[in-house]
Amino acid sequence: MTAPTTTTGISDEVRDLANQEYQYGFVTDLDTDVAPRGLNEDIIRLISKKKNEPEWLLEWRLQAFRHWITMAEPTWQHVSYGPVDYQDIIYYAAPKPKKQLASMDEVDPELREMFNKLGISVAEQERLSGVAVDVIVDSVSVATTFKDKLAAIGVIFCSFSEAVQEHPELVRKYLGSVIPYKDNFFASLNAAVFTDGSFCYIPKGVRCPMELSTYFRINAADTGQFERTLIIAEDDSYVSYLEGCTAPMRDTNQMHAAVVELVALDNAQIKYSTVQNWYPGDAEGKGGVYNFVTKRGLAAGVNSKISWTQVETGSAITWKYPGVVLKGDNSVGEFYSVALTARRQQADTGSKMVHIGKNTKSTIISKAISAGHGQNTYRGLVDIRHSAKGARNFTQCDSLLIGKDCGAHTFPYVEVKNPTGQVEHEASTSKIGEEQLLYCRQRGIPEEEAVSMIVNGFCREVFKMLPMEFAVEAQKLLSVSLEGSVG
Amino acid sequence: MLKIENLHASIEDKKILRGVNLELKAGEVHAIMGPNGSGKSTLASVLIGREGYTVTGSVSFQGQDLLALSPEDRAAAGVFLAFQHPVEIPGVGNMYFMRTALNSLRRQRGQEELDPMDFLALAQERMKLVEMDQSFMSRSVNEGFSGGEKKRNEILQMAILEPTFAVLDETDSGLDIDALRVVANGVNALRSEGRSMLVITHHQRLLDYIVPDQVHVMVAGQIARSGGKDLAIELEENGYAGLGQQENADRLPVGSTR
Repeated sequence: MTAPTTTTGISDEVRDLANQEYQYGFVTDLDTDVAPRGLNEDIIRLISKKKNEPEWLLEWRLQAFRHWITMAEPTWQHVSYGPVDYQDIIYYAAPKPKKQLASMDEVDPELREMFNKLGISVAEQERLSGVAVDVIVDSVSVATTFKDKLAAIGVIFCSFSEAVQEHPELVRKYLGSVIPYKDNFFASLNAAVFTDGSFCYIPKGVRCPMELSTYFRINAADTGQFERTLIIAEDDSYVSYLEGCTAPMRDTNQMHAAVVELVALDNAQIKYSTVQNWYPGDAEGKGGVYNFVTKRGLAAGVNSKISWTQVETGSAITWKYPGVVLKGDNSVGEFYSVALTARRQQADTGSKMVHIGKNTKSTIISKAISAGHGQNTYRGLVDIRHSAKGARNFTQCDSLLIGKDCGAHTFPYVEVKNPTGQVEHEASTSKIGEEQLLYCRQRGIPEEEAVSMIVNGFCREVFKMLPMEFAVEAQKLLSVSLEGSVG
Repeated sequence: MLKIENLHASIEDKKILRGVNLELKAGEVHAIMGPNGSGKSTLASVLIGREGYTVTGSVSFQGQDLLALSPEDRAAAGVFLAFQHPVEIPGVGNMYFMRTALNSLRRQRGQEELDPMDFLALAQERMKLVEMDQSFMSRSVNEGFSGGEKKRNEILQMAILEPTFAVLDETDSGLDIDALRVVANGVNALRSEGRSMLVITHHQRLLDYIVPDQVHVMVAGQIARSGGKDLAIELEENGYAGLGQQENADRLPVGSTR
């Protein structure tokens, strides 16, 4: 774990120069809603200024940018896509309603219609399900609910931008502490240009009484999405966090490189669930979202626990390895994943479990489903360090193939440097059984429904880890995503 | 109810059924016996629409051309197969599976779907027929079931789905005498005027419990002999030897219940 980045005495000269460039640059219009395409230090200064950020944060962004330009895009993953022109991306776009909103009623009717299409009337959510929803539409938070109720017990749940203004000391302490800006190509890019995201702080001894939920949504064409989420669970606290995503049809590829950092202190528990349903592209694979995400939790304290549960059904390309660094003794890391690739979708996903503390324990359950021309890769790392006496890991990777043009691949990496470590790995690959299908159809269940039933059964171990309403949504998503993949 | 005429079926170049003729009337139970490889299970497969066979001939079911229908449409028409080897479907609850199946059938028949509570009541009542307890319903379909449990689960599905024509493919195989009695009692309870059954078996033993109206002997893809229930006893004593030469099925009574 690296120390939080601090302002490294940026010289007045540099600052002046920066401001000068800024003054004469093409991006000086602070009222602009959309930054010009491309990325340079000016753009980063624009973003930072737009967000009224403190100097140390701008400096951190710039350091990240200066590091990023020295890096090359990774090529080791088992996915292929055309070159991404990082200078052809818009790195900042604000949604239309700019004033602060007191309630959902003030939200732009167009946005509300979008929520309705998603099947998540925010007001309904708020009223019926007791879920506080922090809605992110194109990089900037437009509404936050239940904040007052949460505030009463000391829970902070707000947009990242707000956290920078209201709780700079917490942000500064933990930002980059789990995923340093040098971590990887996409994490560096995110550190340089992230525009918003969610921030969550659970104070000592507090069990967050409701599921915290954020719906992400991409809505402006060609807008790169660079969210950043930071969740901190103090000693003896608990939080369950839900992240769900959808995106509308798109012709050009949309780049998404989010970063999620979780910190669990002594005896704290963080449960992070994702249902990801971004546009996967058309039948030829055109137009889907590129999803390059870095997610990592630091189980910093003794007996701390971090669980990742993900259901990945969307995106043209998924590149994602939610992991846990098990630093505290007896800490626990879990990863439950369902990844579905249909049409021309490609997913390279899995988990990293780094065991540092004694008697640390991790579990990885990965269910990969491939249909159409989908390519699904599990890539996992179980790293048991010298210090991790008595560490244990159990990994299970199951792949299900539907049709003959898809593929499933498994790359499990295991490094054990402590002889007391125990690592178990189980893997299976099966074709969706003709016999299972016939059995269902003989009972009167139509073929598509039968496929969806069999697939959902295959994923049940993971779905049961999701909060109830999320599990229902996930099952629907799988069925919808599989439509047309048989017959 | 069911009329099979000159039914041929082959896989690739291998001929398995070579002109099967058979007729079942409403409420009748016919048994099909015969040596291994004679085509009994293939007949069952062809009747439910399993893919992979080249089929000629005709099968008329309640006036419908059965061979033209998809497996699910055949099910909706009232055809049911108790599989010889019921497949496991991990992660899919038995109760959920049966409710989905019943509601699919009801939907296709234009009937209202049953809600989970009504279905539970129905399932509990039918489970008594095959002496199954509720723990079966919360398990995954056939997963980890013993051979006997799988067979009972098939009969339970028949009891719940209430087909008009059921094929029982070696439902007795692998059953001990107690399980056989349970399964047979379940089947007998489901016998009714409107429901016909085709019971495929190797053993006369099953027919002591499920007494058929007719017994057919299948040899080399044809019905080689047909008769009353005494034919099963005769076969048990003499075996199938000698039947193989009697390829001229035309002179034998075929589906002789006109």
